[in-house]
Amino acid sequence: MFRATPDTHRPLVVRGVSKTFTPGFHRPWSKAPRRRVRAVQDVSFSVRPGEIFGLIGANGSGKSTLIRILSSLVLADEGTVEVFGYDIERQSMEARQLINRVSADPSFFRQMSALENLLFFGRVYGLDSADTKRRAIEILDRLGLERTHQRAMVKELSRGQQQKIAVARAFLSSPVLMLLDEPTTGLDPRSKRDVQEFVREVQHDHGATILLTTHDMDEAEALCDRIAFIVGGSIVAEGTSYELRSSIANGNGADAVDLEDVFMELTGKSVEDDEEEVMVNG
Amino acid sequence: MAELNFGGAEQRYFPAPSRRFGARQQASLGWAFVERQTNLWKRHWAWEIVWLVYGVVNTLAITFIAKQLAAEGVVSGRRANDLIVFLLIGTLVWAYLSAVLDDISLVVTWERWEGTIEHTLMAPVPRVAHLIGTAVFGVLHAIVRTSLIMAIALPFFSVSLGHANWGTAAIVLGVGSLSLVGLGILAGVLPLLYPERGEQMSFMVQSVVLLVSGVYYSINTLPTWLQGVSHLSPATYLLRGVRNAVISGASPSAEGRDIVILAVFAVVMIPMSIAVFSAAERWAKRTGRLKRQG
Repeated sequence: MFRATPDTHRPLVVRGVSKTFTPGFHRPWSKAPRRRVRAVQDVSFSVRPGEIFGLIGANGSGKSTLIRILSSLVLADEGTVEVFGYDIERQSMEARQLINRVSADPSFFRQMSALENLLFFGRVYGLDSADTKRRAIEILDRLGLERTHQRAMVKELSRGQQQKIAVARAFLSSPVLMLLDEPTTGLDPRSKRDVQEFVREVQHDHGATILLTTHDMDEAEALCDRIAFIVGGSIVAEGTSYELRSSIANGNGADAVDLEDVFMELTGKSVEDDEEEVMVNG
Repeated sequence: MAELNFGGAEQRYFPAPSRRFGARQQASLGWAFVERQTNLWKRHWAWEIVWLVYGVVNTLAITFIAKQLAAEGVVSGRRANDLIVFLLIGTLVWAYLSAVLDDISLVVTWERWEGTIEHTLMAPVPRVAHLIGTAVFGVLHAIVRTSLIMAIALPFFSVSLGHANWGTAAIVLGVGSLSLVGLGILAGVLPLLYPERGEQMSFMVQSVVLLVSGVYYSINTLPTWLQGVSHLSPATYLLRGVRNAVISGASPSAEGRDIVILAVFAVVMIPMSIAVFSAAERWAKRTGRLKRQG
């Protein structure tokens, strides 16, 4: 069914999403079976209006693939994703007007300035030049990026400064659903705090719904209303931080354990450990 | 696209997003790509000088062959003049063609290299606006670069252009540019399909166009089977039309057949290439090939 108006009560609904990649190209003369890597396996969850939903997992757990599926950049093999009721695959154009994304790797035209980059990305989201420039400066100021750095070529900026521009790019279009893929990874403590405060502010003041992936438990604890753990491409637990901690506290009270303990207990590994690829036969 | 109104945490209301975009919106979205490419062009001015010098040297080096043939008496009089103009047009049109094809086909490679391709393809921009905007920049850029090459190279040769019908040449070049847009978009599909080798593959397309289109020689020189292939290249008709206009002063009606063929190429190839690009984009999303490379 094609939806004409957004369903404001359901910002994000993910049902049974699976994705397996087959790297390389098929060579007709090769008899060796092709390597198949399972990235996401039967993932289902929903995000409520105005909440920050955290997806916690180690490197290689499938977080970024899942974010790409939710962003329409990877098509799922199975399952459906609805953004405010719009199917991300069949009504991609509508859904893409409502979302934006920050990736762990801030990518820009490195020879262009921050403002020139943002001007382009504002324009492709339908903003006019003057409005884009005004908003870009507002957001970059708010994130603490100095005016001289706003006009410098991106390649001359530090990673932390580039990540702030990436955050500004994503919020420039006033998305009602924001997908943040490890937005603070590799940032210095000050930049990390600036970004976290901005995310909290956007959620509080504008009611934006946010999906945040991270392997920083403190960040998840500080920002997220609800949390899901993802391991080997599958979600193994979901709930508020309190519920998750209570689930392993054995009557000692939720404060007796932290999220890292919960992750270790439920998955048998640390969130800092990189995951091995999950191979699939056939 | 209407600006979203969050309406605060309590009232999460926002207007329905657009399913289709009007011509004006599409033009505005497409123009964003022209602005972006212009900014990149300004920042990469050193590369522009490199390509300009290469274009001038290439034009001179090839056209001097005709001058030597005239000096040795192999050709003389009007034929010598026509041969110089023939090669001059070949090199200039090739500089124009390759600039258009490069700008359109390299856009995916460039974005993949910078890592911005996911952000660009995720933006709610119809692919038509994206690709046509990129093509418009390519054509404008090629006009500027080729005009500069021509302005620098022309004084080296005392050729007579008194017969030229510049109006016909402009019409052929205009319609021919449209036909090249489709070819450029098709070449741009290759880097989308083959992240590591796609760029080289798009150069291969250009080199085939160079071989079969009669850039430096008449297509009659080619083996019969290659002459058949040359009819599939819009550059063949573009070069023939411009040469007839400049060397023989052909009128638009005299060149009508080539102009119509170029128009047919444009009408068929632009929608087809956009459809192929969209299908390739879908395949790249299905197989996870949009991720950053390089």
